[in-house]
Amino acid sequence: MSTLTPTGQIAVRVSRSWSERRRWPLVGAAGAAIAAALVLLPLAFLLVQAQQSGWGEVQRLLFRHSVAVLLWNTLRLTLACTAACAVLGVAAAWCVERTTLPGRRFWAVALVLPLGIPDFVVGFGWVSLEPGLHGYPAAVLVMTLSLYPLVYMPVGASLANIDSSLEEAARSLGLGPWQSFWRVTLRQIRPAVLGGCLLVTLALLAEYGAFEITQYQTFTVEIFTEFKLGFDTVAACVLALVLVLLSVAVLAGELALGGTRLAWHSGPGTRRPAPRVSLGRWSAPALAGLATLCALALGVPLGALVYWMARGSSTTLPSASILGALGHTAELSAAAAVLATALAVPVTTLAVRHRNRVTLLIERLAYLPMALPGLVVALGLVSFSVRYALALYQSSLELIAAYAILFLPLAVVVMRSAMAQAPPRLEEVGRSLGCGPAEAWLRITLPLIAPGLRAAFALVFISSATELTATLLLRPTGVNTLATQFWAYTSDFSYGAAAPYAALMVAISAVPAYLLSRRMAALGGERP
Amino acid sequence: MNRRWPHTLSLLPLLAGLLLSACGSSHGANTITLYSGQHEQTTALLVARFEKQTGIKVELRSGDEAALGNQLLQEGANSPADVFYAENTPVLESLREHGLLAPVAPATLAAVPARYSSDRGEWVGVSARASALVYDSSKIGAGELPSSILELAQPRWRGKVGIAPSETDFQPLITAIIRQDGKAAAEAWLRGLQSNGKVYSANETLVTQVNDGESSIAPINTYYWYRMREELGAGAVHSKLHLLAAGDVGELIDVSGAAVLASSSHKPAAQRLLEFLVSEAAQQTIAHSHSYEYPLRPGIAAAPVLPPLSQIRPAPLTPADLGDGSAALMLEQNVGLL
Repeated sequence: MSTLTPTGQIAVRVSRSWSERRRWPLVGAAGAAIAAALVLLPLAFLLVQAQQSGWGEVQRLLFRHSVAVLLWNTLRLTLACTAACAVLGVAAAWCVERTTLPGRRFWAVALVLPLGIPDFVVGFGWVSLEPGLHGYPAAVLVMTLSLYPLVYMPVGASLANIDSSLEEAARSLGLGPWQSFWRVTLRQIRPAVLGGCLLVTLALLAEYGAFEITQYQTFTVEIFTEFKLGFDTVAACVLALVLVLLSVAVLAGELALGGTRLAWHSGPGTRRPAPRVSLGRWSAPALAGLATLCALALGVPLGALVYWMARGSSTTLPSASILGALGHTAELSAAAAVLATALAVPVTTLAVRHRNRVTLLIERLAYLPMALPGLVVALGLVSFSVRYALALYQSSLELIAAYAILFLPLAVVVMRSAMAQAPPRLEEVGRSLGCGPAEAWLRITLPLIAPGLRAAFALVFISSATELTATLLLRPTGVNTLATQFWAYTSDFSYGAAAPYAALMVAISAVPAYLLSRRMAALGGERP
Repeated sequence: MNRRWPHTLSLLPLLAGLLLSACGSSHGANTITLYSGQHEQTTALLVARFEKQTGIKVELRSGDEAALGNQLLQEGANSPADVFYAENTPVLESLREHGLLAPVAPATLAAVPARYSSDRGEWVGVSARASALVYDSSKIGAGELPSSILELAQPRWRGKVGIAPSETDFQPLITAIIRQDGKAAAEAWLRGLQSNGKVYSANETLVTQVNDGESSIAPINTYYWYRMREELGAGAVHSKLHLLAAGDVGELIDVSGAAVLASSSHKPAAQRLLEFLVSEAAQQTIAHSHSYEYPLRPGIAAAPVLPPLSQIRPAPLTPADLGDGSAALMLEQNVGLL
């Protein structure tokens, strides 16, 4: 196992001896097993379907000129967007968490919200603003603006949780502010940065939004075509396997880059909040940058909603249905966020503290659903439950499980870096002082990973609140969510009636984002 | 501190979920489940009337038609659905090919002209839409308009055409050309369109973009244009519809139909729903809803803004001729439009 800092090496040695003495905690192993089983479900579906395919049909579908073009489109979109999201996400997170810029609490909420806006609204906003928005540069721009929160959120949580003593040591040893950021801070938040980039990359592989928004065709268009026009689940699944293979390559690459490397704290258990930097004459450009980012990522789609509401002729709505949809969305998303976060804890505990081939494999597996189109995951659950769990079919529980599978990767990325910032040594000290394992975990590790838990909850909640594909297939009959109602109205051209539902999706996403920013502000030593 | 707390903690969401799911639906004998890919507002209206008239309760699950089709294929014999109401016929034909549909009662089939229903009697036509061209009337004069959809592939339309090749409405056009002129002609037409036009992901986008002047002309089902006009108001509409020449291969009637699932355990009630959908009351509801579709039952007039169905002279093709659309899809893939 390679480590970066001397302190890391010490910690790893401690953790090894710790793990050698103890079996995996039973709860952790059980939780990780449940997570792995859930994730394997859609993968098993893919394999079973694909195995029914004839090689001739696979050949016809895969070895065409247009498939090469689509794959190339996917790859270059993924590369450019991931790089752009990394820069934007880290820069924005640093501005919010580590500087004295005014309005940080506002930015902390506004920067997360693009995640809560349906692709359709983003697309409409951009098409209204610039009807000629087409092709590669447009797709890079729009997808970056939609996906950078996936980097911003984990990096923000990681920066808020950072131990400043290492930076201070670096500065005292003569490194300038830039050097210390580059050589110390960035290394501490590295699992979060790489994890965020991993999420963006995997999301883009399965992304249909680029086509919906900017008419830029990627490989996923091909999969949807087979589903939508061919009703050919087998062919669609064979094509989706290509995405799985690409993701495996990406996951291996991230592992090699060191996304799972550890960065234990070196100092005492009580960490000092990192001091904030005053940007001085750079304040104005930084503020302008944040404002531009929010205006493009949030202002453009919200502008479309305002336009619809002002102009649409069909804005008469029974208020009961909108409140019902709001309630269902909040309940289902909250349950999914709790479940996904609860599953991410054992997965990352094992991967970080009991690192071996099996635990790393489970952690890697947990990312794969992100690279699968939602329809594949949903149909996998359909296929499984009609055969083996008919009582659960189209129940709330199944829908919550679907969300948890789809968005487990988000929770895992955040919890991975949170876990890496909570050294097991401290828990062991607690044990040596007479705490039982549960008490030691609750009193020592839980507070340390709490910022991660909150960020994971928020990310999964926001993503679930806008999920449509799995919701339409798996919701209990008669249950409408904001996303399904929004879809029902927009597919009927009733944009005016649809707009309030989209506005509520953004509003409901703002709640966890706001609570998160309050907690982070409190951690950062400010008055909440 | 309670040492067992973390165990309980990890079970909490599951328990919460179970509680939520316990509030789910329970099926009575007099309840049927309807999977609908049709527009939710009109379908909900139809369902409410049916429930009132028959006392049979309908669990309505609206969704994306293609996703529902795939869902039904996965569910197979265990499907909770009794009736499937689809916006287009290829998905019904595909389910029929998989043996998932039950025969429709003869009296129900007799209520609409036979050419709008399954030639094997496994689904019944309920409503229809006409295909046409939408064009930017500020850029194209009425005299320049093509009389055949085949002309859109000619070089003079370069840079002006918009298409939504991944939408279900596009394939019937290709199938029709394959049927009339053969595969080679259809492929040449697609290649012409490909070099002449822009590709959009959805019909709603396509019609809006023509209205905004981004593309000048596009094949579209008329109801998208009427719905756009209703939403935007006539003042914001800068485009017009153009019907193609009588019998042109691009002038199609796209049918929306319904079927009883072979797996249904409530077939009599399910058949009554189909019977209702083609009844006078339901067809009147369809004619007066804002979905701008044509009712198929003879003697029921469509919304007055629509050109009467009798005035449209479509290509001589039935939904059965259009099939499951797989030949068209393969052609689109070979050309590289998909």
